[in-house]
Amino acid sequence: MTPKDKIRNFCIIAHIDHGKSTLADRILELTETVELREMEDQLLDNMDIERERGITIKARAVRLTYHADDGEDYYFNLIDTPGHVDFNYEVSRSLAACEGAVLIVDASQGIEAQTLANTYLAIEHDLEVLPVINKIDLPSADPERACNEVENVIGIPAMDAPRISAKMGTNIKEVLERIVTDIPAPKGDDDAPLKALIFDSYYDQYKGVIIYVRVKEGHIKAGDTIRLMAAQAEFQTVEVGYMGAKDLVPVGELHAGEVGYITASIKDIGDTRVGDTVTNAERPCDESLPGYKKVNPMVFSGIYPADGAKYGDLRDALEKLMLNDASLSFEPETSIALGFGFRCGFLGLLHMEIIQERLEREYNLDLITTAPSVIYKVTLTSGEVKYIDNPTNYPDPGTVASAEEPVVNAHIYTPSEFVGNIMELCQDRRGTFVDMQYIDENRVDLHYVLPLNEIVYDFFDALKSRTRGYASFDYELKGYAPSKLVKLDVLLNGEIVDALSFIVHEEKAYARGRRLTEKLKENIPRQMFEVPVQAAIGGKIIARETIKALRKDVLAKCYGGDITRKKKLLEKQKEGKKRMRQLGTVAVPQEAFMSVLKLDD
Amino acid sequence: MIGIYVHVPFCLRKCPYCSFYSVPFSAENSDAYVEAVCRNMERYRDVGAEADTLYFGGGTPSVLAAEQIWRIVKTCREVFGLKNAEITLEANPCTVDEEKLIGYRQAGVNRLSFGIQSADDEKLRFLGRLHDRDTAVKAVELAAKVGFTNISGDLMLGSVGEDSESIKRSVDALCALPLNHISAYMLKIEEGTAFDCDEVRNKVADDDKMCDLYLTAAEELEAHGFMQYEISNFAKEGFQSRHNNKYWECEEYLGFGPSAHSFYGGKRYCCPSDVKRFIESEIQPEIITEESVDSGEEYILLGLRLSKGISLDRVTQLYSPEAAESLLKRAKLFESHGLAEVGEDRVKLTRKGYLVSNGIIAELIDAVNS
Repeated sequence: MTPKDKIRNFCIIAHIDHGKSTLADRILELTETVELREMEDQLLDNMDIERERGITIKARAVRLTYHADDGEDYYFNLIDTPGHVDFNYEVSRSLAACEGAVLIVDASQGIEAQTLANTYLAIEHDLEVLPVINKIDLPSADPERACNEVENVIGIPAMDAPRISAKMGTNIKEVLERIVTDIPAPKGDDDAPLKALIFDSYYDQYKGVIIYVRVKEGHIKAGDTIRLMAAQAEFQTVEVGYMGAKDLVPVGELHAGEVGYITASIKDIGDTRVGDTVTNAERPCDESLPGYKKVNPMVFSGIYPADGAKYGDLRDALEKLMLNDASLSFEPETSIALGFGFRCGFLGLLHMEIIQERLEREYNLDLITTAPSVIYKVTLTSGEVKYIDNPTNYPDPGTVASAEEPVVNAHIYTPSEFVGNIMELCQDRRGTFVDMQYIDENRVDLHYVLPLNEIVYDFFDALKSRTRGYASFDYELKGYAPSKLVKLDVLLNGEIVDALSFIVHEEKAYARGRRLTEKLKENIPRQMFEVPVQAAIGGKIIARETIKALRKDVLAKCYGGDITRKKKLLEKQKEGKKRMRQLGTVAVPQEAFMSVLKLDD
Repeated sequence: MIGIYVHVPFCLRKCPYCSFYSVPFSAENSDAYVEAVCRNMERYRDVGAEADTLYFGGGTPSVLAAEQIWRIVKTCREVFGLKNAEITLEANPCTVDEEKLIGYRQAGVNRLSFGIQSADDEKLRFLGRLHDRDTAVKAVELAAKVGFTNISGDLMLGSVGEDSESIKRSVDALCALPLNHISAYMLKIEEGTAFDCDEVRNKVADDDKMCDLYLTAAEELEAHGFMQYEISNFAKEGFQSRHNNKYWECEEYLGFGPSAHSFYGGKRYCCPSDVKRFIESEIQPEIITEESVDSGEEYILLGLRLSKGISLDRVTQLYSPEAAESLLKRAKLFESHGLAEVGEDRVKLTRKGYLVSNGIIAELIDAVNS
């Protein structure tokens, strides 16, 4: 049994790109948890997408042994957290599993949106926050300023924060020593009824669901019958252990204060919700751990296979992804334009992007996705309240008494020179200014309330392009607000294309309609006859473009008996047709559907 | 009855827009070439294939001497019969004189096709032609004088500075000559030719302009009694090219010479574009381009080039009544946009339809296959 005073449970929090995974790698290296020859950059991020984008999607944990300067061995449980707002809830559960957090701040960039959001979360969970200034090797590094920011903005002492370069391996040992001295050891009664927090889970083909837990009270061993309190499900424990850097390592028992895993032949990941409490079925605890909630998707989008024949493959792939991602939801959906596909729910934009990317990369699928939508709350004249996540289901305007849309509290951190640009953007996105605070003389925190449907579109890209990539952005759901919403339809050659319909605020409908028809005109090739592209609200046309008829596509010369070119052309046409969706008489390429997702140039 | 195509791969000078295979002319090479053509024809002596058209294409067939043409025609007649045959020779206005033309006639040639291209000297220079308007006029008149009664002229649409007026002038000039067939084709910048550069591309007609020029030329030609029978071909009554029609009507033909194509015995194949190899090989090398031909697809693909179009009965035979029905339905959509005409039993394209025929053909083939 591991002595409690030798355990340190901590996570690393940082804004994206500030070096979280790199520091984790250095720590793994220095504690010789992983032999140097096995080192691969960013070990904890084992999905390709994570490594490429430099983000963490899933929480992960590893146990390390550190031989400290005081001559004692310490057991570190490092819990890696997703750094993005979409996974805020997961982050909060990971934090709840720790006593301390190492806060990384980039020495040249200082505090960013996620730095603050995650730090506040950590403080909320009573974590000891240990600031670390990273990237001191960069020429533009200004550790002094970064420390000042931490003190002034967050209000925690930082002047003696370790100044490190995770990349170069500078001063890493100092961080480890500070973890020993500054982060408190866990508490808890080994003999109390079991109380363990689930902070992650994933599906393993052989063992079933593997639950990552932090034991708060009591102990657990193989053979115990466990109860998942929120899920109200019971299982017999097969194995318990801790997470080595490369493998799971079974142990006899897990005690209060420890971080480890449990397997219990669980087939459905839906049973092992993050935040749920594990207790002993025979000797249950009185009440579950606080903070559990079921996370619900906020952003919805239709996902269709580009090739209709791949529908089955898409379903299989979604099912497999769902094995490991309880927050992903999907149900079959049929579109007149796109055929059979799925309406998928995501935690947020990044989550949506990641799922799409994984479907395309890991499952080799070519997808057409529809514009992301949020859940609108519509009260009908009959008094009935409806929640609409698919524009196609939007009720007839005549029957709508009132409509509400989700809004978010958004914080944008930016160098002050871009404030004007950002205010303009937020204004344009129907934002309500709340306040603006100076972080230091050069940087500000802009606080806006924004409709979620304005940011699911292409807000992030727009923000980046208006601030040369310097602004960072974070949001949380605030609630619903009354709104004047309309459904905008797109007609090609006079026929509504259901997959292109979306819900938009009345005031923005005209501009959006115009932009959309322009984009479609650019992206739909000339057809053999003229095709009108229209945007309409109800029956009323509000914008129109015309795709001119193709005039010349002919092989004028066909002599000498050489018809191979003619045949090649025909093959090319057939190939091209495969990538097109036939909507009535109009052939629409996949790119046209995608082009309407980014209307901001 | 099959057709015989002989590709004469020699030119005095390569035209900058031309993508057909040719090499510079030399007398000794041409003798060996003629030898090789005859040698290859001989292989069919006991096969029993009968031909009623012979076509000398190129390159520039008129660089060959009358005796050389005579040798090939003689061999061809011995092997393939050539009863009441149409024997065409493509000629460059610069390479003929009275004596030579008489020689060709004596060799059996009864149809000439002159690469006139334009009646405007500026455009002829741009196209890199060796002749000017006067040379072309003289050559055609000379051909008529020595007794040719079936003469065709090529007209190139859309070269530098072309507008509807200049097109009309060229058409009028050609129609004033003793011609009874005109091929009018739109200039196309082919990959790998000297014309394949932006400088030229910017000078010649763009797609929209080209379409207008084509429509103007076609109307003007029909006004002069040259009736359109294929996308780029117009003829006075009774003077359609029997040989070229074989290509479009999916009939068989044998090709001799480098880069010549054949459709024979259900296969399509061609001889590689290599005159040295052709001359040195006992039997001309052949590359199969299609092992077994999809006759339904080809019927639609080629038949829709013709102004008579395709027959729905034939589509029913080649596919099924349902396929013909489906094709008819799709064709009617094009008809409603003025791109096709649907008759009792036939579907044909309008001129506007010809201009986008690649797409229409693909759609109609898709219709019969789905």
